[in-house]
Amino acid sequence: MPDALIQKVLGRASGGPAAVGEIVVCDVDLTALIDIQFAHDRLGDVVSVADPDRIAIVFDHAVPAPSVRDAESGRKARAFAAAHGIEKVFDVGRHGIVHQVLAEQGLARPGTVIACTDSHTCAAGAVGAAARGLGPAEILQIVCTGRTWYQVPPTLRYELSGRKHSWVNGKDIFLHIAGRYGEATGHAVEFGGPGLAELPMTDRRTIATQGAEIGADFTIFPSDQRCLDYVSAAAPGTELTPVWPDDDAAYAAVRQVDLSAVPPMVGRPGTVIDNTGPVDDLVGTRIDQAFIGSCANGQLADLEVAARIVKGHQVAPATRLIVTPASQRIYLAASRLGYLADLVEAGATVTNPTCGACFGYHMGTLAAGEVCITASTRNFKGRMGSADADVYMASPATVAASAIRGSISDVREFTGEAT
Amino acid sequence: MSDELLVSGRAWVFGDGINTDDMYPGFAMRLPIDEAARHMFHASRPGWADLVQPGDIVVAGRNFGLGSSRPVPLLFQELGVAALVAEQFNSLFFRNCINYGLPAAAVPDATKLITEGDTVRLDFTDGSLCASGTVHPIAPLPELLRSVLAAGGLFPQLEAAGKLRPAGSGA
Repeated sequence: MPDALIQKVLGRASGGPAAVGEIVVCDVDLTALIDIQFAHDRLGDVVSVADPDRIAIVFDHAVPAPSVRDAESGRKARAFAAAHGIEKVFDVGRHGIVHQVLAEQGLARPGTVIACTDSHTCAAGAVGAAARGLGPAEILQIVCTGRTWYQVPPTLRYELSGRKHSWVNGKDIFLHIAGRYGEATGHAVEFGGPGLAELPMTDRRTIATQGAEIGADFTIFPSDQRCLDYVSAAAPGTELTPVWPDDDAAYAAVRQVDLSAVPPMVGRPGTVIDNTGPVDDLVGTRIDQAFIGSCANGQLADLEVAARIVKGHQVAPATRLIVTPASQRIYLAASRLGYLADLVEAGATVTNPTCGACFGYHMGTLAAGEVCITASTRNFKGRMGSADADVYMASPATVAASAIRGSISDVREFTGEAT
Repeated sequence: MSDELLVSGRAWVFGDGINTDDMYPGFAMRLPIDEAARHMFHASRPGWADLVQPGDIVVAGRNFGLGSSRPVPLLFQELGVAALVAEQFNSLFFRNCINYGLPAAAVPDATKLITEGDTVRLDFTDGSLCASGTVHPIAPLPELLRSVLAAGGLFPQLEAAGKLRPAGSGA
């Protein structure tokens, strides 16, 4: 039977056919552990790990430790690494949000199976990996056994055509899809088509990451030349095996997206599923806080566009612009390139790389009645603080433009392309 | 088969799209499990943790558990919730529940078949749900997952296999 891309990858990993609906048992190529799961996930009780070279430990959710409890988690994580001979440890100072770290270290590769107890693990689908979030108990099992199971999902295919405008981000493309086609619960989401070749990896990474928000089991892109170049740059000398779907694969649905027709989009508070619209619908909505960061949009390209938009402007009075580079590497590059200076000069606050503000944990949290526009991953009620705060979602460019005006704004007004 | 596969309890009924951040808010992740459990459903039904009784069953609509991998089932278990029923589960949330030994069943139209306060009986062995005197089929669990549930979750399985030291004996 011809296979969709996720079937190809799961079939190879399980050593047999991966028919839709079947449960396949796969070797896991890389399992990433994160700091906060050491709080109560019993990793300290593990007798031995299946393969220390297939485990990475990344400090991201609560760093630098904001509490004694989080400091204890860090201590346990370091002890675990020492006890089991794990060398891929990205501790504070060499850290970043796990999905960004896996990408820039070349640990996410085409055709591999990646597991991590963070729901945005699907980010690695941008490079053709079968990657998904799994619960902490299951991650512990994989650490012990090196294997897990997947029920092979049916695939929704998005056929991309055209070329996006310069002010359009992967976030806008995702919000367009989520608003128009809604949820993907229990499905893989695959991208392809003639528009793919021109779509930068940063946008693919944003789209793949956001797949969790429509409930997709996996989000996955084929490994075209642009993808292989990206992975090769991160993992020089590594032999890569490109993965593609079969031409005549069967899909649950095939949907067309003309990238040239995607405008700046905004997700309304609560969920992105069937709940997004063009920025025009919401221009003028007052905001208290604007946030650019997370595994979805804390990339160098995201900081670059934000810096370009705010340069020469000031963040509006009574509005906060918070920017979190997704990793130390990005922080350093953005610093050297002057992006951070431009942001700070405009009145933004630039924070340490962490998941913190995105999940309302230890910084950037919202008070009751406040309104935030965010380029982060998720806009559930209460996600970033008070359950009585509203969180809109948009691209880094739209968030930056909105921070300048103090209300949701059309980035095209800042780029001389106003409609 | 363990008693885990036969569950009976009083129902709490929630709607569609209940997400993990509602059940286990970010700020509660800073707390020990017993304290975090007091904040379940903080966004959709604040104060619920004071009302739920051990043995109760939580029923929800479509897309139940969209969101994070955070260990929500540990909070349900802390409050004594015996099982979850939903019209449709997010797959990450569903396997997370089974892997912690919390029974979960997909039942189309569950929120129409079950009224809050009803006594619901779930039999995971014969695949049935009984509510208001009527019996409905539940989606069968694959054998792999039934064995996890019967063992009480992955931790007991891993302990039995000698891969995990008994709780509290570790570093």
